[in-house]
Amino acid sequence: MNDTVGRGQGQGAGLFATYDVPSSFCELMHRADPATPGLRCVRDRLAHFDLDELRRRTAAVEAQLYRLGITFTVYTDNQAIDRILPFDVVPRILTAAEWDHVERGVRQRVQAINLFLWDIYHDRHILRDGIIPSEMVLGNANYCSAMVGLDVPGGVYVHVNGTDLVRDPAGRFLILEDNARTPSGVSYVIENRHMMLRMMPDLASGLDIRPVDEYGPRLHRALAETAPQGVDDPQVVLLSPGIYNAAYFEHVFLAREMGIPLVEGRDLMVVDGRVFMRTVAGLSPVHTIYRRLNDDFLDPEVFNPDSLLGVPGLVNAYRRGNVTIANALGTGVADDKAVYAYMPRIIRYYLDQDPILDNVETHICAEKAGLDYTLANLEHLVVKPVGESGGYGLLIGPHATSAELDDFRARLMADPANYISQPVINLSVSPTLCPAGLEARHVDLRPFAVTGKDTWVLPGGLSRVALRKGSLVVNSSQGGGSKDTWVLAS
Amino acid sequence: MKNLSVFPTPVLPGLHNLLSRYAESMTWMARYMERIENLARLIEVTGTFVRPRNGHAGWESLLQINADEDRFHAIHEEASEHAVVGFYITERDNPGSIAGMAHGVRENARALRPLISTEMWMHLNVFTQWVRDLTPRDVRAGSLSGICTRLKQECQTHFGITEGTLYRDQAWLFYVLGKYLERADQITRLLDIKYHILLPRGVDVGSDIDTSQWTSVLRSAAAYHAFRRVLPSGMTPVNIVGFLLKNDGFPRSLSTSLRQVHSALGLLSGEYRLRHSSHILERVEELRVTLAEQTAEEIIGRGLHEYMEWMQCQLRQIQEEIMQAFWPAVPVPVSVAMPGGQVQ
Repeated sequence: MNDTVGRGQGQGAGLFATYDVPSSFCELMHRADPATPGLRCVRDRLAHFDLDELRRRTAAVEAQLYRLGITFTVYTDNQAIDRILPFDVVPRILTAAEWDHVERGVRQRVQAINLFLWDIYHDRHILRDGIIPSEMVLGNANYCSAMVGLDVPGGVYVHVNGTDLVRDPAGRFLILEDNARTPSGVSYVIENRHMMLRMMPDLASGLDIRPVDEYGPRLHRALAETAPQGVDDPQVVLLSPGIYNAAYFEHVFLAREMGIPLVEGRDLMVVDGRVFMRTVAGLSPVHTIYRRLNDDFLDPEVFNPDSLLGVPGLVNAYRRGNVTIANALGTGVADDKAVYAYMPRIIRYYLDQDPILDNVETHICAEKAGLDYTLANLEHLVVKPVGESGGYGLLIGPHATSAELDDFRARLMADPANYISQPVINLSVSPTLCPAGLEARHVDLRPFAVTGKDTWVLPGGLSRVALRKGSLVVNSSQGGGSKDTWVLAS
Repeated sequence: MKNLSVFPTPVLPGLHNLLSRYAESMTWMARYMERIENLARLIEVTGTFVRPRNGHAGWESLLQINADEDRFHAIHEEASEHAVVGFYITERDNPGSIAGMAHGVRENARALRPLISTEMWMHLNVFTQWVRDLTPRDVRAGSLSGICTRLKQECQTHFGITEGTLYRDQAWLFYVLGKYLERADQITRLLDIKYHILLPRGVDVGSDIDTSQWTSVLRSAAAYHAFRRVLPSGMTPVNIVGFLLKNDGFPRSLSTSLRQVHSALGLLSGEYRLRHSSHILERVEELRVTLAEQTAEEIIGRGLHEYMEWMQCQLRQIQEEIMQAFWPAVPVPVSVAMPGGQVQ
């Protein structure tokens, strides 16, 4: 066993004999710093696994996920197909030092986002000081006028935040995206751990791995802490669009972990500006709603009048301070891909600190310089529409044909304000079980931050892996899988 | 409206939390599973034991028991085994088929996932997908008995998992209500139809009977061995009617089902203080009295069909009142619903 591997060399024993990472940072094998004992231990154990045994265990995990109905829904050609998220039995590991850095960075980011949201819905200092263009904020499709002047309890707008992180070839963590609306995926973090401990006990044994079970109670506490003033024992509910929603499993999971009712819009009712749920004993008061429904669907009286998913009068009850909605309405301004580019300046403005986690270099096509640069370098850039999520509608320049580039250039020039561009980051990789053996596949990381009186970050987060060789797209809707994320305690 | 927020002190955990929608789904999930088990048993018995008599094929009586003659004959010409089995097992378009009901179970179970045990969900998830994938080829004559046995066992597995893992609160009581209302309904339908096929009006109750046909009635209710134990030499129509309607030890008798419904409603209105259900409780008490105060001979003498029809009508009424009380279309504020008990 060679413990002194350096970056860029392909070597190792057993299953890693042919493992090779041309130019990416490898989360397990090739690190500039000497590997910590925990990392070395996992590497050695993995190297001596039998490939068929790993495949058998993977099949067992996937069969169990199917029985449990841990699925998400993919929509293609008007068809809804339930799929399991492919699970890779090789964990992605973060050292204690790495995690400390990520955790501090995420906490700082969430703090700045909450301060930013309070400001833009109250006095708008940041706009008057010219830190960020007013039009980008006030003209933003996600800016919610119903939030103006509303004092949300504790100043918390984003109770749950997902921060998408990638690592460049130097191993540097960079923030790719903020998810401040209704970020999903946390149920996989916890279920993956359960699967991993059940299926790979011999890989984990004796290692000091930070637990993830605390998420439900922590979230419940944060939601209770931000309940309307004067409510001692708040009734918290999770509002779901229902059993046909792609993330319904996660809604079920979180409701169970928190021990709260999972409600649909039709279970709730607003009477005299107060929210109630329909129980067998009659109407029963509700104080905090953890909603997994987009803003547009929450209240047909204020937003989409055709929506049957929401609750008529909910926004009125909210504005009267009788109910807390988590996340608050109108948080989409903060995770907008254009506003993202200003996030380092937003952090400096409110906190007077340098960002702990850097952004990926970003060009704003709404600005002339950004557009010119993007058009001139299209074949080297990733171009993203600012309004979309889930990896839809983006261009990865180096992988595009010249016809695709031409087509995209036309779309970009027709509506430049709808796009930002970033250099292609050669994402870090992690050994992943593939048909031919353990191979390097690109990964990202989405830590989840929960904010009530203070901010707590779930150790680790969702590691998504692009299962196709060379692919940089990790989204579950685009052929991505997931891994368990181990944060080493020391 | 200030007293809207006033809520009685909880007696048992879970009092505040049972959504009407959960209660409704619990009732229907239990009902569908109970009905699938009964239907599978009836199909198996019909395919195995029932032979044509007086030109009256067994498969036609299956349609009668479920009051499906019109719906069936709108699609199919003849009540052949092939057509009826398909109609009741694999035809998704028929909401009363096992495939249709399994779909209903699945939808309800998905809605109830936050509430029911993981073991319950996992079993129903796999079971309902298995049913969904059954094809007419799978239920041909040679394999029909095996499929029916598996269907029954899956239902029984479900009831066992539920008994062993579901937390006992209001949700459980609504589950019990659904299950036993369905059993009561099934036994009255079975007896009503079978009795009059085997012993048409005007035929003397004491005349010779076709023992094997009456045995199949008992088998259709999973009652054959229990009946043999209790009445080894009493295979008469009167005894069979008496056993299926009035025997308190038999788990599928009408009296047992009514007792369970009564006890669940009693707990809801008593321990859980859902007093607006007390009028339903009274109706069930009344049903139990009519059953207890008549012998099987008297029931038959006065008209078994009329009594069964009345009973079914009462059971429907109870279901309707449960709906009105616990998941009304127009919800009633707590302050109104709690004391009076009259929610119409």
